[in-house]
Amino acid sequence: MNLNKLIVLSRSVKLGRNVFAARGTCLHHFQSRRFIRSSASSLAYAKDLFLGKVNKAEVFPYPEISKEELEEINQLVQPVEKFFNEDVDSVKIDHEAVIPPETLNGLKELGLFGIQIPEEYGGLGLSNTMYARLGEITSLDGAIAVTLAAHQAIGLKGILIAGNDAQKAKYLPKLATGEHIAAFCLTEPGSGSDAASIQTRATLTEDGKHFLLNGTKFWISNGGWADIMTVFARSEVVDKDGQKKDKITAFIVERAFGGITSGKPEDKLGIRGSNTCEITFEDTKVPIENVIGEVGGGFKVAMNILNNGRFSMGSAGAGMIKRLIELTSEYACTRKQFSRSLSEFGMIQDKFATMTLNAFVMESMAYLTAGMMDRPGVPDCSLEAAMVKVFSSEGSWICVSEALQVLGGLGFTKNYPYERYLRDCRILQIFEGTNEILRMYIALTGMQYAGKILTGKIKEMKKGNVGVVFEILGKKLKDSVVRTVDFGLTGKDGVVHPSLTVKNHAKMFEQNAAHFGSTVESLLYRYGKTIVEEQLVLKKVADVLINLYAMTAVLSRTSRSISIGLRNHDHEVLLTNTFCKDAHFKNNFLLTQLQKNSPENNDANIKKIAQEVLAKRAYVCSHPLDRTF
Amino acid sequence: MSARVLVGVKRVIDYAVKIRVKPDRTGVVTDGVKHSMNPFCEIAVEEAVKLKEKKLVKEVVAVSCGPQQVQETIRTALAMGADRGIHVEVSGKDYETLGPLQVSKIFAALAKKEQADLIILGKQAIDDDCNQTGQMTAALLDWPQGTFASEVTLEADKLKVVREIDGGLETIKINLPAVVTADLRLNTPRYATLPNIMKAKKKKITNVKPADLGVDVSSRLEVLKVEKLKEAGRI
Repeated sequence: MNLNKLIVLSRSVKLGRNVFAARGTCLHHFQSRRFIRSSASSLAYAKDLFLGKVNKAEVFPYPEISKEELEEINQLVQPVEKFFNEDVDSVKIDHEAVIPPETLNGLKELGLFGIQIPEEYGGLGLSNTMYARLGEITSLDGAIAVTLAAHQAIGLKGILIAGNDAQKAKYLPKLATGEHIAAFCLTEPGSGSDAASIQTRATLTEDGKHFLLNGTKFWISNGGWADIMTVFARSEVVDKDGQKKDKITAFIVERAFGGITSGKPEDKLGIRGSNTCEITFEDTKVPIENVIGEVGGGFKVAMNILNNGRFSMGSAGAGMIKRLIELTSEYACTRKQFSRSLSEFGMIQDKFATMTLNAFVMESMAYLTAGMMDRPGVPDCSLEAAMVKVFSSEGSWICVSEALQVLGGLGFTKNYPYERYLRDCRILQIFEGTNEILRMYIALTGMQYAGKILTGKIKEMKKGNVGVVFEILGKKLKDSVVRTVDFGLTGKDGVVHPSLTVKNHAKMFEQNAAHFGSTVESLLYRYGKTIVEEQLVLKKVADVLINLYAMTAVLSRTSRSISIGLRNHDHEVLLTNTFCKDAHFKNNFLLTQLQKNSPENNDANIKKIAQEVLAKRAYVCSHPLDRTF
Repeated sequence: MSARVLVGVKRVIDYAVKIRVKPDRTGVVTDGVKHSMNPFCEIAVEEAVKLKEKKLVKEVVAVSCGPQQVQETIRTALAMGADRGIHVEVSGKDYETLGPLQVSKIFAALAKKEQADLIILGKQAIDDDCNQTGQMTAALLDWPQGTFASEVTLEADKLKVVREIDGGLETIKINLPAVVTADLRLNTPRYATLPNIMKAKKKKITNVKPADLGVDVSSRLEVLKVEKLKEAGRI
């Protein structure tokens, strides 16, 4: 690596920034906010991993809540669990594709519609951590979980985080009791992942007092029942240059405003009790007081809302898997074949280990992220939350499938809940940002951050800041000469508990982190601005980062468990070591594939296969039985 | 009506938990096991709160005997509508051997101290199935008792109690002050809603020791062994 290359990099990253902006993807919003050099935390844990830096102060020790809060949350959990165990008939909800009014009323009375709304507006005012904890129970019924989440995690979140006091006072009280139900209306038939391309229009009336909303929204959860909707539409904005531009604005829309029709509920594979439908707006009159934030600032509001709600998927998934482990192990320990119970067979044990490890990692990541989000200030944990979502959605799918497999034919029937859990689970990888989009977001946000920092350093060098020059040269020398890495996780003053360093699992994490940092650098050099197009590369980058964050979460959680002597902490040590070892080797393989001209990398071929098949829109090979003569 | 009701709530292993006997066979495993309020105590609390909502009684006081953890149970009662709680601190060996005789002595003392007009208890606890505390308390106080109540009606200063007995239903009329024990069909307990749980945080729980009430909690019983039942129906 020489200085010339660094300078080339700086130019390409600058171009890259413009490319990002021009594309108008869901990524450009953060450019305006992130400041480069103030290394003062601002929660850049995941992002700094892209520079090969481990900000251990952000994630060690594992976030803890006060004893009072813990007692409170345990108290709150009890009635909710009881309700879900006794008064929720998931089979009926799934079969009839509707949540009965009595069940809905029970949920409202329990207070589950206003978990994060402040007490002054009639809600429970609970923190993100507590919300995540309750999510472990509501996930027992997928349809209910989604209905509640669509209402409060996204539907009314806009008012909570970006609304003014008048809007909060007007709408939150009825939303807290569940008298009004909320929905989040962003997606359109033509705009799913590409959220910035929505076409619904909001035109200002002559008297300037109302906006007229026209357009169609699609896949809207709670769309059939919602009384209050957060709707995103394009409106004309005059920017500071006096130019007229079309920007997205967020509106609070009441069904009572008129001109709103909800289509019939979609007949879905899973979460069938959740109402999903199309909503059409025809000249719906929205008063200008109902704009959330600024006119033209809607996209940022949308992204903040979505980024805010994702982390709870981790605890929801973990809650579900923990329940599945109980149900499935009952069966595995009693069912006998070949005169032995299933639990004695290795392949079955493998499945239980998979479920346990996944639940362990998911809840560790979820509560780490929630704990970070609950810190004072307005920490931006969107990257971490996205990683939790990707890992949890895929982990849940795999675990439910494995649990079903243990029951064999029985698992395949409707007499057992497995097939319903499986169907309910499938949506997790699709909604709240598809996992493909989130991987892009994870990888590109980090790479852009790393690129900016590196560019910043180069600028300093060019200015003649000798300190920076030595810093970079020193690092290069060290990387090439010294093989070992030390981020302060292990050793005498290490933040990780010694039991986890015995077989070098914490060291494995440090190695991966360092390797990741230098791989990111080399990728930026190699591709520059075109990295945006290299989805297969970005996928691997995202996967490595997700593994790194997962390792961080388990190392941090287990260190705390050992230090305070939580019950069964030696089991946690076992889980942590197993996961870290696995993740370490997976990361190594991914990172190897990311090196220049790596023989392990099959991406070019993969793309070629896809191109040839998609060109013909069919399978291309001749039939194996064909002859040429 | 200025009546004060004392409701006893017991913290027991949750009904849905699979009970396991300790390896040394001195008892069952309670460490790390889910506990909740005895279901019959929930019914008792519900009845007391209902009486208060009908304005037939003025104050509902929830009482529990045990270590620190029973405060959770008292809090649940507060969340269901009780006005305040009393935590009678009993821990360690004393708690392990605490039984109906000692608890009824405590309740009798508390009833006098708090000048209670009515004591409502669950008919029995699902862990020991004793079905004795209510009866013993009434005897110690020399109060009338309406046990296995499936319906309770307050008529001036008398209590009409419909009791579930082996032969059917028996209706009796007893004078206040009295002890009532709740049976299954008395009512359907409400959920402690999350907003009520938050509000209950502000309600007071006073701590008191058995010695303060002049009660000796030492036991006259010794548990010799605890064993898991063999499968039913097999000889």
